Amino acid sequence: MFEKALIGSKKYWGLVIGLLAIMGVGAIFYLQQWNYGLGITGMSRDVSWGLYIAQFTFLVGVAASAVMVVLPYYLHNYKAFGRITILGEFVAVASVIMCLVFIIADLGQPTRALNIVLYPTPNSILFWDMIVLNGYLLLNILIGWNVLASERKSVPPPAWVKPLIYISIPWAVSIHTVTAFIYAGLPGRGFWLTAIMAPRFLASAFAGGPALLILLSLIIRRFTKFDPGKEAIQNLGKIVAYAMATNVFFILLEIFTVFYSQIPEHMHHFEYIFAGLEGHGKLVPWMWTSVSLAVLSLILLVNPITRRREGILALACVIVFVSLWIEKGFALVVTGFIPSPLGRVFEYSPTIPEILITLGVWAMGFLILVVLYKIAVTVKEEIEA
Amino acid sequence: MKIDRRGFLKIGGLGILGVAVKPVIDVVSKVKLAEASAKKRVLVEKRLAMVVNLKNCKEGCTDCINACHGVHNVPDIANPKDEIKWIWTESYEKAFPDQEHRFIGGGMKGSPAILLCNHCDNPSCVRVCPTKATFKREDGIVMMDYHRCIGCRFCMAACPYGSRSFNWRDPRPFIKKINPNFPTRTKGVVEKCNFCEERLAKGLIPACVESCKNKALAFGNVEEPNSEIRGILRSNYTIRRKPGLGTGPQIYYIV
Ligand code: SF4
Ligand code: SF4
Repeated sequence: MFEKALIGSKKYWGLVIGLLAIMGVGAIFYLQQWNYGLGITGMSRDVSWGLYIAQFTFLVGVAASAVMVVLPYYLHNYKAFGRITILGEFVAVASVIMCLVFIIADLGQPTRALNIVLYPTPNSILFWDMIVLNGYLLLNILIGWNVLASERKSVPPPAWVKPLIYISIPWAVSIHTVTAFIYAGLPGRGFWLTAIMAPRFLASAFAGGPALLILLSLIIRRFTKFDPGKEAIQNLGKIVAYAMATNVFFILLEIFTVFYSQIPEHMHHFEYIFAGLEGHGKLVPWMWTSVSLAVLSLILLVNPITRRREGILALACVIVFVSLWIEKGFALVVTGFIPSPLGRVFEYSPTIPEILITLGVWAMGFLILVVLYKIAVTVKEEIEA
Repeated sequence: MKIDRRGFLKIGGLGILGVAVKPVIDVVSKVKLAEASAKKRVLVEKRLAMVVNLKNCKEGCTDCINACHGVHNVPDIANPKDEIKWIWTESYEKAFPDQEHRFIGGGMKGSPAILLCNHCDNPSCVRVCPTKATFKREDGIVMMDYHRCIGCRFCMAACPYGSRSFNWRDPRPFIKKINPNFPTRTKGVVEKCNFCEERLAKGLIPACVESCKNKALAFGNVEEPNSEIRGILRSNYTIRRKPGLGTGPQIYYIV
């Protein structure tokens, strides 16, 4: 099937080359990071994780796109999603690969990355995250590829794929939970030390993943002969609405506990992002943007009149994605370090090389996605022709 | 109260007797026998700790910092973003945020407190490290293996005391005078105070303790009831940093 990725229109190749170019720029700056060290980023002794780890955290969420279509289709036999399970699975593949690359990009000694495998340490959450992420990647590659290959030959998928599909559903829950545990189990980091971290990760993932999937489905319908189906898109829209509402609710719960209990170690972080602390407030405008976008997206998504209009639904999905990106792809990680355990407010902002490396990894992820989608869509077009 | 380790050894000894006299006594004794023989490697049961007497600490004095950073090739990077420190001072309020109040007296307000890794009994940094590059020794020292560390900085997020520094860049150009008897680090690994384990191995006391002319620092084995440090702990009221987190810090402060 892979040959399908090698024959394409001018537009397709233009996109591929464009993404390769961005990757190239990222690679050049990564080389600089390789030589100089992580000091070329904005990270510091106080804020020791930044944009890279935040992207990893956000993208684990995006990988949820798969389970939100796989579950209704395979467990509830919801036929409309049958057409797009492959799209969800391939988004998961691309985003998990990005997660892994972001972790590598963040390592001080990337050549020693295999030490995690050579000296397995079950008491470390990072060890488990490595297992669940790689497992989820493998599951989605195996399932996606085999189901697509059988669809192409108009035969049912091999029998061994079914159990894998069922395993992939709870496995999807595990990647969000384990990733949340990285943060939620640390003493002395009041911002993260909350049992609702994992539920929050799940809710935001179930909003962000399907939101991206809706946008991708609309793009595919626009530019190819394959139509993911109005019904599928509409129902994804409902999933995004519910998940986003739950996500906002969970954040409000957190805000209640923190501000009603008035425990400074927990409160200072929230003060920092929403109001600024000791005159430092770089994140304040970002956070309020995220909040406003979240509210706006809910208005557009909960109201059936707006949600049913595809143009508005698309807009709402963009808004959801941006709002969640600010919250999870930036603020969640950085704010855990501000103020520091010693009460110092040392702000963080990513440097240009850091941003370009990040864009490079995103471009790599999109390239993987474009190639996989090209294959999937060509196969689907052939079947329907 | 928990049975302390010496007590445990004694029970273990009884266990040996039990096994010799009554071979059928029980499985538990055998387990203890195994434990006891494993412990033989450490001749004296140890739990190394330090006492910092803030009353003796002179404002502006940096003898301990210079001594430590000198022997351990700690680079002097002035920029707070990239800085590396094993032992340093912070105001009393920042060091003990849960003891802070408006009327702090006794000259403590704003006075410097010496901070270093607490060599915690239950170290969260060790718990999270995915490679065992940071680990706790039998005598309680929390150590770093600079050759195994992958630089993920999970330990920095996990340490609630800000004890750890990361080499954001090659540290060597910032070392004023390299001590050839101690390794320098490379970029991309985490480092922190090692309780002078290399000096202890030679029978020396930690460099900071040795360098302090004001007797503000004391070091020793708190499992040994007759040790100097136990005497100090007996006759002075001491506090620890953030004890509520359950990490069991082993730096005790006289305020
Ligand atoms: S003070 Fe921090 S680095 Fe030192 S042992 Fe405790 S948790 Fe680990
Ligand atoms: S930075 Fe090094 S010592 Fe710290 S957790 Fe990662 S591998 Fe372990």
